Amino acid sequence: MTPGQTTTSAPLLRVQNLKTHFHTRQGAVKAVDGVDLELAPGEILGLVGESGSGKSITGFSILGLIDPPGRIVDGNIEFDGRDLLAMKERELRSLRGNDIAVVFQDPSMTLNPVLRVDTQMIEAVRAHEKVSIEAARQRARDVLVKVGIPSPDERLRCYPFELSGGMRQRIAIAIALLNRPRLIIADEPTTALDVSIQGQIIHEVRSLCRETGTALIWVTHDLAVIAGLADRIAVMYAGRIVETGETDEVIHRPMHPYTRGLIESVPSGSTRGARLHQIEGMTPSLPELGEGCAFRDRCHRATDQCRVTPDVTLLGDTREFRCWHPETGGEQ
Amino acid sequence: MSTFVINRLLQAFLVLLVMSVLVFVGIYLVGDPISMLVSPEATDLERDAVRESFGLDRPIFVQYVTFLGSALQGDFGRSFLTGEPALQLILERMPATVELVGFAMFFSVVIGVPLGIIAGLRPEATYSKVIMTGSIFGFSLPTFWVGMVLIMLFAVQLGILPTSGRGETVQVGAIELSILTLDGLRHLILPALTLGLTKASLIIRVTRAATREIQAMDYIKFARAKGLSSSRILRVHLLKNVLIPIITVAGLEFGQALAFAVVTETVFSWPGMGKLLIDSILTLDRPVVVAYVLIMVLFLVLLNLVIDLLYMVIDPSSREKVRD
Repeated sequence: MTPGQTTTSAPLLRVQNLKTHFHTRQGAVKAVDGVDLELAPGEILGLVGESGSGKSITGFSILGLIDPPGRIVDGNIEFDGRDLLAMKERELRSLRGNDIAVVFQDPSMTLNPVLRVDTQMIEAVRAHEKVSIEAARQRARDVLVKVGIPSPDERLRCYPFELSGGMRQRIAIAIALLNRPRLIIADEPTTALDVSIQGQIIHEVRSLCRETGTALIWVTHDLAVIAGLADRIAVMYAGRIVETGETDEVIHRPMHPYTRGLIESVPSGSTRGARLHQIEGMTPSLPELGEGCAFRDRCHRATDQCRVTPDVTLLGDTREFRCWHPETGGEQ
Repeated sequence: MSTFVINRLLQAFLVLLVMSVLVFVGIYLVGDPISMLVSPEATDLERDAVRESFGLDRPIFVQYVTFLGSALQGDFGRSFLTGEPALQLILERMPATVELVGFAMFFSVVIGVPLGIIAGLRPEATYSKVIMTGSIFGFSLPTFWVGMVLIMLFAVQLGILPTSGRGETVQVGAIELSILTLDGLRHLILPALTLGLTKASLIIRVTRAATREIQAMDYIKFARAKGLSSSRILRVHLLKNVLIPIITVAGLEFGQALAFAVVTETVFSWPGMGKLLIDSILTLDRPVVVAYVLIMVLFLVLLNLVIDLLYMVIDPSSREKVRD
C-alpha cells in the first residue's frame, strides 16, 4: 500500500519533518520536533493539542513568523509547490496576507488600538495589490458584510476599542479573507469569545471556506469545537503529531491513548453527573524531553518498548499514528 | 471636550492659589529682605522707613491679601532692587529660556527617538548596547561638567563655537530671538546640547522600553502576517504607539527644563529666567520670586493640558474618557 494517496490533486501545503526550536539558556526547547502535515486545497484541518504542544508554533512556522530565539532548524514547507523555507523575506511577505492568512487567538490584541478599522483593512489590500484607496475600502466593506457585520460603513470608521470582542474577531477574520487567500491558519480564534458567539463564528468560517474553496488549519485545544468543523484532525503532543485521520474516524475510533484521553475529557450528554475523565499528569517540560514516546509517563498502556520513539503506523488510506500500543489494535 | 478644558483651567486656578500661599509664606520665613536693601550702617529709624515704604511692616496675612488683590489684576509688585515691575522682568528674560529649552528638547527628541527605536528593535545587537551605555553616561554626568567639557572642546581647543551670551538677535514683535540669525544659532548650539544631553538619554530609554513592549504585541505580528512592509509597520503601527509614552516624558522634561535651566544658563551666561530666579532668591527679592514661581506653575499646568490634548490626537481611547 502506498501512503497518502487519497487525494489525486497535488497538496496545497506539505510540511515535512518540521523542527522549530527555541534556543534558551537552559538549552534548546524543541517546540516543534518533526511535524508532518498535508493539506489539500479547500480542506479543513483541525490541529489539536494542549497548550505547549507546539500547535501554534507550527502555524507561525508556516508563515515564517518565528522570532528569535526561535528558529526553524530542519524540515520542509512546501506551499503550492514552492519551498517556503528557501524564500527570501520579500517573497514571503507577498505571500503573507495574500495566499496565506492568519487569525489570532485574542481579538483584543490583534487590531492596532490607535488605528481605525478602515486603515487596517485598506493597508492589507494595498500591501498586495495596486488599487485605489476607494476600491480597497469597497472591498473591505464587502468582506465585512460577508462575515456578518451590520452597518459596515460605520464599523469601518471605528477604533478597535469601540467594538465588542466578537465584532473584533469578525473583523480579524474579514482581514484574513480580504485578499481571497488559499489557506487560512486560525490560531484558537474562538477561545477568547463567548460560547454563543463561538458557535456563530465557527459556522460562518466553515461556510466561507466552503464557498471560496479556502483551505483552513484550525488550531485549538478544544476537540468539541473541531468535531463539527474539520474534515481531518491532527493531534499534537509535545512537538509531534501523534495521530491524524478523518474527523469521524479519529473521534469514534482513536488509536493513540492520548487522543482517547482528550476525547474522554470532553463533557457530553451521557456523562452528566459522572466524574469527567482527566488525563493524569502534566504536559512534559520540553527541555527535559529525551528519547522515546513523550506521552509514556502519563500513559496507562506504556511499556518498556515506549522508551524508543515509535514510528508512524499507517492504517487504511488516511489514518496515521505514532504508538506502540494503539487503543483499537494496529490491524483492521 | 470643552468641559474638560474648562475643568482643567479651574484646577489650574486652585493650584495657583495654593502655590501662591506656599511661596509667599516660604520666602517670608527665609529671611528679612530689609537687610539686603539698606546699608549695614543704617539706623533703626531708616530701616523702619524703608520697611514701611515696601509695606513690610504689616502682618504677613495683610501683605498676602494685598498681593493677591493686585496679582488678580495682573500686578505682581515691583522688584525691591530695581523698582521694575516683577512680571516685566521675568517676561523680558523668558524668550531666551524658552528658545534654549525648546531647541534642547527638539535636539533630544530628534536624537533620542530614532536611537531608542533602533536599540529597542534589536536589543541584543552590539550597537544597541553602545547606545544604551551612552545613554547611561548621558544622564549620569552632571550638567555643569558636560557644559564645561563642551566649552573646553569646541570653544577653547577647536575655537569654532562661542561660549557665552545669545549672540545676535532679531526682534520679532516684542520678542528677541537668536535662533533666526546664524550667529545666534551658533551661540545656541553648546548650551542646547548641554541641556539636551540628559533629556536625549532619558528619551532613548523611554523609547527603547516602549519599542520593546509594542514590538512584542500581537498586533505587530498580525501586521506582519498581513504582509505589510517593515517600513509601514515601523512608521504606522509601531511609532504611533511608541509616541504615547514619549509625549508624556518629553512634556514633563520640557516643563522641568524651562523652570530649572539655571545650571546651563549659568555656565553659558545665557540671559534667561533661571539666572534671574537665583539672583532674586539670593537678594530675597520677594515679588520677583513669587511672580516667577506662579508664572511657572501656570505654565506647567498649561503644558500638561497641551500634553493631554496631544494624547487625544494620538490615542483614540483617551478621547473616549473625556467625551461628555
